[in-house]
Amino acid sequence: MKEKKLALQVSALCDGTVIDHIPADKLFEVVNLLKIQEMDNNVTIGFNLESKKLGKKGLIKIADRFFTDDEISRISLIAPNVVMNIIRHYEVVEKKEVKMPDEVRNLAKCNNPMCITNNEPMSTHFHLVDRKKGTLRCHYCDKEMNVRDIELI
Amino acid sequence: MKNSSIVSINDLSREKILALLEMARKFEENPNHDILSGKVIGSLFFEPSTRTRLSFETAANRLGARVIGFSDAATSSASKGETLKDTIIMVSNYADLIVMRHRLEGAARYASEVSSCPIINAGDGANQHPSQTMLDLYSILKTQGTLENLHIHLVGDLKYGRTVHSLLHAMRHFNPTFHFIAPEELHMPEEYREFCRKNNIPFTETTEFNEDVISSADILYMTRVQRERFSDPMEYEKVKNCYRLTNAMLADSKPNLRILHPLPRVTEIAYDVDDNPKAYYFQQAQNGLYVREALICDVLGINI
Repeated sequence: MKEKKLALQVSALCDGTVIDHIPADKLFEVVNLLKIQEMDNNVTIGFNLESKKLGKKGLIKIADRFFTDDEISRISLIAPNVVMNIIRHYEVVEKKEVKMPDEVRNLAKCNNPMCITNNEPMSTHFHLVDRKKGTLRCHYCDKEMNVRDIELI
Repeated sequence: MKNSSIVSINDLSREKILALLEMARKFEENPNHDILSGKVIGSLFFEPSTRTRLSFETAANRLGARVIGFSDAATSSASKGETLKDTIIMVSNYADLIVMRHRLEGAARYASEVSSCPIINAGDGANQHPSQTMLDLYSILKTQGTLENLHIHLVGDLKYGRTVHSLLHAMRHFNPTFHFIAPEELHMPEEYREFCRKNNIPFTETTEFNEDVISSADILYMTRVQRERFSDPMEYEKVKNCYRLTNAMLADSKPNLRILHPLPRVTEIAYDVDDNPKAYYFQQAQNGLYVREALICDVLGINI
């Protein structure tokens, strides 16, 4: 029943983006990350919706807003595996599973306080080591860290 | 030019390592070659290091290059708050090559990205020190006649010791068998054990350090167990003498065994080992000169 209702809500959007399958405990982090508080767009936020995959999930529906690859990369760092539905004229024209990119540039801080990136005004740069485990390696200090433990810039 | 920088041993292929070692061998035959006259080498030691700095500067001098630079960040404009980037850009406008040591990890990689001349990393904090690894490899090759199929025993601080981690990475090309001998608190991190498994490198692990354990060794690589690494000082007192090599322990060792140590040593190798022909740590340090001559020439695109 719930699924049907959601589908109706989604199709009610003329143009915009539906970000689905956000783990419920990451929903507000995603909201903050995308600075939804500062938007003038029509936004619907669903919290603790039932999900077969996640148990409870979050959902964000934003009218007339589409995200750049850079913004999508940022989301992948806090909530991997969310799904982006691009809606045009009431139809889902694209369904993108948000995946962590192979290279993460200037989105997250390195965990190592002795890393040069934490001591110079410069960009950070990570290489994806293990997508499943969410392991990243700092391009500069070579330290590996889990995406769960890193702080976004 | 930028791409010829040497930042990490992990960037070097098997062929590259062997070519550098061959060049180092030629420099050992004759360390003095006036092939870099007219070249200026920037020696930027943001963190003091007597051994590495003198070895690099001697290498530069024996090749006929001139050296500019500083041996302490306090005497550089870094003490006025200048960023590393600005210092490197400025010096790279003067010099043909920069040799640098910095306390921060990743400093050399970053410098190689902003510099207009190549960089040789002479140590970036706890991260990389490729010229040390190259001189370890040179010492192994020279004493064993090969780098292939050796039993290498690593002893002491295997958790924080960057030299043993880099050696492990570099040896992956040469089918080694590793033996990790360390106290519980300082054992080889999982990351490196996983590296061995992935690269099909067999290894054993033990906390015991005795005659039996070293009897199969071709190379015994000793490291310093540092007091400050222990959360419990009692634990340090307990283990510090367990990882001490004495001459008596070498009685049944293989004839080709050689003992390496990145130096400085404190108590982990007894002084009575120094006179044993299997002790190689002082010659090992001397090999640093030939290896650094080879690294400098390679980075400048000069072959001999």
